[in-house]
Amino acid sequence: MLLRHTTDKVVERKALTVNPAKTCQPVGAMYAALGIHGCLPHSHGSQGCCSYHRSALTRHYKEPVMAATSSFTEGSSVFGGQSNLMQAITNIFTIYEPEIIAVHSTCLSETIGDDLGQIVNKARTDDKVPEGKHVIHAATPSYVGSHVTGYANMLEGIVKYFANNTDELINQINLLAGWVEPSDMRELKRLMKLMKVRNVLLPDTSDVLDTPMNGHYEMYPKGGTTIPEMASMGNSLHTIGLGEWATKLAAIKLDNQCKVNFTIEDLPIGLKATDRFIQALSRVASVSVPDSINDERGRLVDVITDMHQYLYGKRVALWGDPDQLIPLTEFLVDMDMKPVYIVSGTPGKQFDKRMKALLEDKVPEAKYKNGANADMFLMHQWIKEEPVDLLIGNTYGKYIARDENIPFVRMGFPILDRIGHSYFPTIGYMGGIRILEKILSVVMERQDTNCPEEAFELTM
Amino acid sequence: MVKKKDITNGLPDPSELMEEIIAKYPPKIAKKRKKALVANNPDEGPEIQANVRTIPGIITQRGCTYAGCKGVVLGPTRDIINLVHGPIGCSFYAWLTRRNQTKPAEGEDNFMTYAFSTDMQDENIVFGGEAKLKDAIREAYAIFQPKAIGIFSTCPVGLIGDDVHSVARDMKAELGINIFGFSCEGYRGVSQSAGHHIANNGVFTHVVGNNDRPREGKFQVNLLGEYNIGGDAFELERLFEEAGITLLSTFSGNSTIKSMEYSHTADLNMVMCHRSINYIAEMMEEKYGIPWIKVNFIGAESTAKSLKKCAEYFDDDELTAKVDAIIARETTKVEAIKAKVKPKTEGKLAMMFVGGSRAHHYQDLFRELGVTTVSAGYEFAHRDDYEGRHVIPNIKIDADTRNIEDLTVTKDEELYRGDLAEKKKALLEKGYRFSDYDGMMPEMNKNALVVDDVNHWETEKLIEFYKPDVFCAGIKEKYVVQKYGVPLKQLHSYDYGGPYAGFEGAINFYVEMERMLGTDIWKLVDAPWKHEPEIVGSFAINE
Repeated sequence: MLLRHTTDKVVERKALTVNPAKTCQPVGAMYAALGIHGCLPHSHGSQGCCSYHRSALTRHYKEPVMAATSSFTEGSSVFGGQSNLMQAITNIFTIYEPEIIAVHSTCLSETIGDDLGQIVNKARTDDKVPEGKHVIHAATPSYVGSHVTGYANMLEGIVKYFANNTDELINQINLLAGWVEPSDMRELKRLMKLMKVRNVLLPDTSDVLDTPMNGHYEMYPKGGTTIPEMASMGNSLHTIGLGEWATKLAAIKLDNQCKVNFTIEDLPIGLKATDRFIQALSRVASVSVPDSINDERGRLVDVITDMHQYLYGKRVALWGDPDQLIPLTEFLVDMDMKPVYIVSGTPGKQFDKRMKALLEDKVPEAKYKNGANADMFLMHQWIKEEPVDLLIGNTYGKYIARDENIPFVRMGFPILDRIGHSYFPTIGYMGGIRILEKILSVVMERQDTNCPEEAFELTM
Repeated sequence: MVKKKDITNGLPDPSELMEEIIAKYPPKIAKKRKKALVANNPDEGPEIQANVRTIPGIITQRGCTYAGCKGVVLGPTRDIINLVHGPIGCSFYAWLTRRNQTKPAEGEDNFMTYAFSTDMQDENIVFGGEAKLKDAIREAYAIFQPKAIGIFSTCPVGLIGDDVHSVARDMKAELGINIFGFSCEGYRGVSQSAGHHIANNGVFTHVVGNNDRPREGKFQVNLLGEYNIGGDAFELERLFEEAGITLLSTFSGNSTIKSMEYSHTADLNMVMCHRSINYIAEMMEEKYGIPWIKVNFIGAESTAKSLKKCAEYFDDDELTAKVDAIIARETTKVEAIKAKVKPKTEGKLAMMFVGGSRAHHYQDLFRELGVTTVSAGYEFAHRDDYEGRHVIPNIKIDADTRNIEDLTVTKDEELYRGDLAEKKKALLEKGYRFSDYDGMMPEMNKNALVVDDVNHWETEKLIEFYKPDVFCAGIKEKYVVQKYGVPLKQLHSYDYGGPYAGFEGAINFYVEMERMLGTDIWKLVDAPWKHEPEIVGSFAINE
């Protein structure tokens, strides 16, 4: 047994986290910053964080992930990291020539109280930032929230530095992407095109973390939201933020700074959440929904009705980030599956409220928890108390899947042992079909493996 | 594409490349990096700058002290709880990401698949985290009943003044199991290396010597600095067992806390990774009189040599005969594969930039395949790993490393092995070498470019200059290098393969190189129409 010490007896914990369902802020800030064109993320802390965050992202994407670090020493930890960051800015612009350096902090620089805004200002007034280049920042203390919080903070930082209202209304909407994959960013752009909605997508990691092999390495790939696009966001008609945890801060910032109204929608995962997203787009951009999208929706419903017998009543355990878990739970419930155990290490009061609304009628037995000690150890203990038919979550679930012999679908961050997530979307109606295909594959595979020979079916 | 360097008359002089690299740097940085780039000359033994602070913004591959302490040294010991005191990231990123395999028997403890953290929140930063740490230890003990708990400090812990050592003492008294703390905050030292030293000190103080179990077996050894990546230690365990050598303890691949506790009863320490574990080797000799030798089990010839060296130490006819028989049998197997692979690899060029030991060890494996290492370096090794231990008296400890404690160790009057000290003396007279390591540079070719703490810019220039056939490094470099059309072999994670140690490991590595250097996939990077005149069609579909 890989997790031989996990027993079904749930012991109340208040201090110990075991097998977390989250990681820390800076990796989210790094990921968000990679979605800006010509940007080099910079980690203001000791270099271990930066190495870990780059490694985590690169294992997930099998792609280069660049970032620099202030490389704190004991001296700078005591006397402050200003000179480290100033040196880093000079070195980065001289050697690596990005358009933008996006600085985030760590628990080290936050604990000692380095003021990133002040240091970045000083770099500018001391002429450390070449003409036409930019240094932006976001505070991302690792002891608050999770990686999702870091993503949200960097998104807010980007808006703060670049969005500008020049009193010239542009007929476009801002789409703030939550923490989704490059494939999902690409799918968002495709849907926008089908809907004929002019938009700025921020951030956009497509063509950054899914680059082709052509014999050349591009330190700053062609993808990413550009500076003119980001600047124009202040003049847009409206902002749609996808996922409250990841985008609400930035949407509020845009409203405060540039008076662009916003609505927050769930990530368009599954049927109803995608419906709401399409409706919102149609409403704010005053466009009708084209036949092509109606057809996609119809295909998704068609597959669900065709395959309903394999889904009905299946008990599911899921873990990950709130923005993904909420619409995913809704999707599973809509298909008459039973999401019975749901954990997220990411704190936030809305989680309970949303889960309750989704689950109390249809899956009253469901257990869900987020924030402190809502970890994969707890979820595994619940599973041991009463088993499930399916696991959906990041790669760390494979240990539970093997021990408990449960079919397993990989979704979320990080996925370290399979590919696909960066190439095929899970959002929108087409993404819904893909989620369904993945679920059905593992469920049917299980039936094929386990059923008696006389019940082995050719057609399913 | 530029043609590969012709090295038939020796390696090219890299001074032009070095100048090109340096030219890009701001003057102050140029001055520093100049000392870290050295054109090798094995006859003259040039000096290299190493183990100095990282230049901010340079895009280093280095990690931190916590990684060196928890991630590397203690992480592989399966039956202790490694509790990380800090915000969640440090614990999360070290969760199963190094491939230290372990093989517990049914019913034995194995905590390596778990990540334990105090998950510090802002209130713990403001009001201190000691109370939460104590509660976490109590909860861990109540749920898991471990034999021991190690506490690992992360960046904020030292800054807010949490005293993990006093918490460890208190909790040890309260719970009655061994509990010990490590001040391995990420900002200490300049790299993972400081973490190795801190781990060595902690393990030596709190674990080694706790169990004076009676002698078992005629030839008792410890293997120091072998972490069982991809099953390397399993292969070595196989060889020792067959030879009749008792492997008491491995630091720390496939290890248990108990095996470390009685490691001081060995007759010989064999050091594999010099950088990470030479401290314990030295301290065990001072306290217990156990001599140490440097070994290398990477490469079939190196493995044979190291086994022989071990047999020579014990000077026993039966052991020598067994070792010779194993070497003869295994070499036959190895040679058969080598004969098949070598014609495909001969003359190829490699470069390798790996942590603190493999950039040297793997050159032996490549040599066996006729592959030349044109450039190599470490992330965080010290000058002795580059130039050999004879330079240790000349190494200046700078301000960044000064605060890493050097333990003062004294002779244990009761347990000190005078007989081993005598044995060592006699063998030394016969020319047998103890406590010695020549380092990487004396074994590299003239003009090979040695680079310490290589960064992204330098990596780019190196690839452009040498056009190597294979680049060996880690996950952060892998896909960068491969975008250039150069295959990269990870020598930290082995790209999820292995083992590569010992004889079986050599065979695995040969076959892996046959795959990587022999594939035509890299020739398919360009689409066929790239080489044809562009066709302008007249049947274009209108949007």
